[in-house]
Amino acid sequence: MDVKIHVTDREGNKQTISGPTDMSLNLMELLKVHEYEVEGTCGGMALCASCHIYINSKNNLPKISDSEQAMLDDNWDSKANSRLSCQIPINESIDLLTIEIAPEI
Amino acid sequence: MIKTDIIIIGAGPVGLFTVFEAGLLKLKCHLIDALPQPGGQCAEIYPKKPIYDIPGYPSIIASELVEKLMKQIEPFNPGFTLGETAQTIEKGSDGDFIIHTSQGTAHKAPVVAIAGGLGVFTPRKPPIENLSIFEKDNVHYIVKEPAIFNDKNIVISGGGDSALDWALYFAENFAASVKLIHRSENFRAHNDSVQKALEYANDGKIEMILNSQVSGISKNNDQIVLGVDSKNNEKFNITCDHWLPLFGLTPKLGPMGDWGLEIQKNAIKVDNSTDYSTNIDGIYAIGDVNTYQGKLKLILCGFHEAAIMVQSAFKKIYPNKNNVLKYTTVTGIKGF
Repeated sequence: MDVKIHVTDREGNKQTISGPTDMSLNLMELLKVHEYEVEGTCGGMALCASCHIYINSKNNLPKISDSEQAMLDDNWDSKANSRLSCQIPINESIDLLTIEIAPEI
Repeated sequence: MIKTDIIIIGAGPVGLFTVFEAGLLKLKCHLIDALPQPGGQCAEIYPKKPIYDIPGYPSIIASELVEKLMKQIEPFNPGFTLGETAQTIEKGSDGDFIIHTSQGTAHKAPVVAIAGGLGVFTPRKPPIENLSIFEKDNVHYIVKEPAIFNDKNIVISGGGDSALDWALYFAENFAASVKLIHRSENFRAHNDSVQKALEYANDGKIEMILNSQVSGISKNNDQIVLGVDSKNNEKFNITCDHWLPLFGLTPKLGPMGDWGLEIQKNAIKVDNSTDYSTNIDGIYAIGDVNTYQGKLKLILCGFHEAAIMVQSAFKKIYPNKNNVLKYTTVTGIKGF
């Protein structure tokens, strides 16, 4: 199936994108496919925080790992709803997820 | 002035392997990198991570790949300018390129290979208004001369290795006072450093200010006043001589972006149908720093690009010589 994700970019533009659940993608990769300005510098290892997003919906997301938490702790723009999009796999549980892309680091 | 055949900008895996491929053609190389050690992202971002797509290695730890590449290029005796950023490029009267680094070191060569990965690793700066005004005297992202901090009141921000290492260092070496401000209660530094820092906090050698971050800065004679916000909405000021926000490094294309190269989405456009040449004759771009239709940012693709690129560089340096591809299985490695 394809999931739908509501995205607000850094300029405040809103768009709904969709992504396949059967391609082992993570959200950072999906955002890059849709040409959003997330860098994904470390390639998805939760080691750089360049794919930082805010979650504005109540989806059931995977637990924050120690390395993701450490990156968020060290990030200036982190809030209570911060996540690294590379740590969120594209699967059914994130259908209709609402996110906002955090400022550039 | 350092003279060589190919100046390689970036000492990551692709830059290092370029030395090998150039060495097979008897071309000498000199590498420039902003980081103090070779290895690029492999050394700076993920040294302990396994890589699974290096041909011939089912799995190899990133730092080990760098060590092996360094060993592989040893016979070709490359030069290194480390800890300096390639800043400016110009053409000399003989047509060679002259590159000056941020520290003023001059390099000269007929060919430049940019293997700059994602760019220059630059300190992550906190988004605080007017911060740049204080960068000359009071705010430091890198500790260059520890002696200037003698008898000074220092505030360090961050929760990683460099923040903790410097907090420990200054607590042990002549600082008047050391405060460590961190957004959280957990540190992502080495366990030994964390334990030691907590001991120092108990002994009063370091004052830990946790769950807090600096949100503003202003001047007070020769000192600075940091506005601090805590997670439970307290606000207070700290007056100090120096502030060291140590939030790690992030890559930016940096000065290369102003060299007249054709840039597309933060990467250098190259001709992949021939030799990874850029729009400037004599400058090539290989590895993660370049872009073309179908580009894959993989180390193994960068290795391939390096091999193709040096063939073209050879023809540029020796237009009248014919080069024949030789196999290492036949000729072995003849260093110089």
